[in-house]
Amino acid sequence: MKLQLRGITKRFGALTANDHIDLIVESGEIHALLGENGAGKSTLMNVLYGLYQADEGEILLDDVVQHFSGPGDAMGAGIGMVHQHFMLVPVFTVAENVMLGHEPTKFGGRLDLAAARAQVREISSRFGFDVDPDALVEDLPVGVQQRVEIIKALSRDARVLVFDEPTAVLTPQETDELMAIMRQLKEAGTAIVFITHKLREVREVADRITVIRLGKVVGEAKPTASNTELASMMVGRSVDLAISKNPPKLGAEAFVVKDLSVVDAADQYVVSNVSFDVRAGEVLAIAGVQGNGQTELVEAILGLQSRVTGSITLDGVELVGKSVGGVLDAGVGFVPEDRTEDGLVAEFTIAENLMLDRSAGAPFVRRGALQLAALESFAEEKVREFDIRAQGVTTHVGRLSGGNQQKVVLARELSRELRLLVASQPTRGLDVGSIEFVHTRIVAARDSGIPVVVVSTELDEVVTLADRIAVMYRGSIVGIVPGDTSRDVLGLMMAGEKPEEAAA
Amino acid sequence: MSDKETGAAPLHSETPDLETEEPGQAPNVVASREPDEPVFTRVLREIMSGSALLTVLAIVLALVVAAVLIAATDSGVQAAAGYFFARPGDTFQAIWDSVSGAYVSLFQGSIWNFARPGFANQIKPLTETLTFATPLIVAGLGVALAFRVGLFNIGGRGQIIIAAAVSAWIAWSFPMPPVIAFLVATLGAIVGGALWGGIVGLLKARTGAHEVIITIMLNFVALQLVSYGLRTQGLLQAQGSNNPRSPADLPNAVYPDLSQLVTALGGPPTSYRVHVGFIIAILATLAVWYLFARSSTGFRFKAVGENPRAARTAGINVNAVYILAMLMAGGLVGLAGADQVLGNTTTGFSAGVDAGIGFDAITVALLGRSRPWGVFFSGLLFGALQAGGYTMQAAQQIPIDIVLVIQSVIVLFIAAPPLVRTVFRLPKPGSVPKGRRRPGRAIEGAAK
Repeated sequence: MKLQLRGITKRFGALTANDHIDLIVESGEIHALLGENGAGKSTLMNVLYGLYQADEGEILLDDVVQHFSGPGDAMGAGIGMVHQHFMLVPVFTVAENVMLGHEPTKFGGRLDLAAARAQVREISSRFGFDVDPDALVEDLPVGVQQRVEIIKALSRDARVLVFDEPTAVLTPQETDELMAIMRQLKEAGTAIVFITHKLREVREVADRITVIRLGKVVGEAKPTASNTELASMMVGRSVDLAISKNPPKLGAEAFVVKDLSVVDAADQYVVSNVSFDVRAGEVLAIAGVQGNGQTELVEAILGLQSRVTGSITLDGVELVGKSVGGVLDAGVGFVPEDRTEDGLVAEFTIAENLMLDRSAGAPFVRRGALQLAALESFAEEKVREFDIRAQGVTTHVGRLSGGNQQKVVLARELSRELRLLVASQPTRGLDVGSIEFVHTRIVAARDSGIPVVVVSTELDEVVTLADRIAVMYRGSIVGIVPGDTSRDVLGLMMAGEKPEEAAA
Repeated sequence: MSDKETGAAPLHSETPDLETEEPGQAPNVVASREPDEPVFTRVLREIMSGSALLTVLAIVLALVVAAVLIAATDSGVQAAAGYFFARPGDTFQAIWDSVSGAYVSLFQGSIWNFARPGFANQIKPLTETLTFATPLIVAGLGVALAFRVGLFNIGGRGQIIIAAAVSAWIAWSFPMPPVIAFLVATLGAIVGGALWGGIVGLLKARTGAHEVIITIMLNFVALQLVSYGLRTQGLLQAQGSNNPRSPADLPNAVYPDLSQLVTALGGPPTSYRVHVGFIIAILATLAVWYLFARSSTGFRFKAVGENPRAARTAGINVNAVYILAMLMAGGLVGLAGADQVLGNTTTGFSAGVDAGIGFDAITVALLGRSRPWGVFFSGLLFGALQAGGYTMQAAQQIPIDIVLVIQSVIVLFIAAPPLVRTVFRLPKPGSVPKGRRRPGRAIEGAAK
């Protein structure tokens, strides 16, 4: 089925999210939609999926104009969507999830589970998916859950499939498998729209690439284009993807973690016997697929986890057992992985957020009273220094873009006297320009002679920043390897293979 | 779908801003925060984010609704409506008479009675309003303070009862010089209320128990405990009495009323009931304002109230904040207990000393959007409704229940900002200026 978007325009008040966007996706083609966050990709897809109504323009399927007033219409017309955040009911089985919304029924309205099972088996075998229709979705790995989403779309005879940032949650191996599936679907004649901001994946799998910037199509590119070419099209200026970084000036072993274990509320070991050390002036990246204990490890360092055994020392000072405030006072700077939940108070102003972890004592508090003038001048200075784009220091942080929010967090953490910086997913959800900025700042912190721990699920980021890389898998460290280790080896380690095996 | 949309347009402007595009960023907020957030917190956030305009409109709407009720229950209107088709004018005249009569007497009873001689007398209704408002303001401040920290303090009743008991006990037991006597008794009320509130904070911090449950249960504990004391000789019961009532305050412990002040300043003799408690209420409002606007403690309170996780990550001791906030909230509510036993009824208190203030305080705090001066003025409004309600009943035979209806309907509208916005066709505040937004919200929510 051929999908054609013609002059799609979607305005939100003064903002034009999509400005006369034209897009043609032929059947049997993978068409990548590349753009920074906020470029208008998701808006466009929501228009296509019937969630938004376009202000101008039309959607054509096989040259017939369509009118979608909701996802039901879009699905009925043969458009399927695999969302970034899966739309599955965890306590339902695969078959139940697949039939949800268009349940086949027998006489008297009884569910026809057998029919749904058969359908799942049929689609699974057609594409070699290996999905058990009776498995509970919550027990399945993320990659398989995504396949359930694909089956769900296919079960409704989707001839156009939209993948919205599908690789964000996958391991490199799972990503490769997804690519294979996408190629298979393409062979079967499905038209595929692949939304992403990851350049490597686009070049690997796409037949055609359309780049969107600020709501407009800025051009088409061939999969043979280089990363730098694509990135500069996305951003609209030349981008330095690999930031320059001097060799580390290594100091003493400043930050030492020894035999650290963390037990969660369900009495499971989420971090077991983790040991590593970071020298002053060095970046240790902790790589791994999300959910392998990195979050808990970082929380343990910060004192946010209560059931911790082992030892964490910073410049000889034991951190285990200290309160969060005590850890911060010991000179730990922390960039949390979820800045909106853990890093910022959205309803607070930029200035207030900049003093969030310094609400006791100088320079912002004197005898229990806030020093508003000192805070304001400090905030204005930081807004300039970190190039935080906002109307003023009294702008509420919740109204900033992700990149600017992250700059507020960085500005706060880096303007304290630090002896260690821990940055967790520092560039998650950021656009290319902000990523560059954040990376430069992290390297600058390293060069100032403090140990830096970066936790990231993005291999690109790990490779860019790390002097050494520790890979975590199921709560343990699989191995610690040099910063120039190949992606293939890292990928295998992220799936649990020892570095010796992975390198073989 | 188009007509459905236009009808619902003001209701669903929650469409994500463009930032929502970020993978794993804003959608996370939508997807993860909302279901995790306890309903209380979400409702609270919604209520507190309302604008002042919305509050005023809610009051206007409530007065309109009440007008309908007043007209419908008025016997004159009912009689005239019997021959509506013969002479419709009579019905409208009767409606006008009943509604305007009611609201005029409400005004006369609460602000300014032009029927009386002399300025000092004409203004007496206003002083009545202040009298009624005093305990509502301080208790409302206590509830509001807890709200700002993200805690629902339903325990105003218990805190008032305990505070009143402590305060009254001091007031009748210990002869002290003037001024000092009522100051000490007031301090006793603060300590009593703080103790009762502090238990809540402590239990929440230590065990994670939900404060709504604890406060409600402590209300019963306080009530029954004090009732027992009031029935038991040697505890709280007046010597030689059979009634469950405490002894009267010693004269020095009673809050002086402001008539004495007026006379001392050379004014005419008056009979105002408004007492020193009102001055204390103003001071308390100032203190709470300072707490949140200028102090580091208040900064931490707000941080914990808005985002406890971020507060914790920033090294703020969230549990300590909960305990301290409940101590302060209980202390403020306790002031209302002092007002009751040292100001309003000084001849001994009974178990009904709370007089519904503990719960009205929640309403006052909500109406004031938990801002100190907002609470102050909503306390005044509720005081006015109470003072005027009695006049309304006396002069127009309108049941006092109508006043309760007005109060309740105001809160109903405050709690449902989308409703008020729909009625007045207001755009949702805080959203980026946008034209007509039309996506179906329900579907979108499901798909996000």
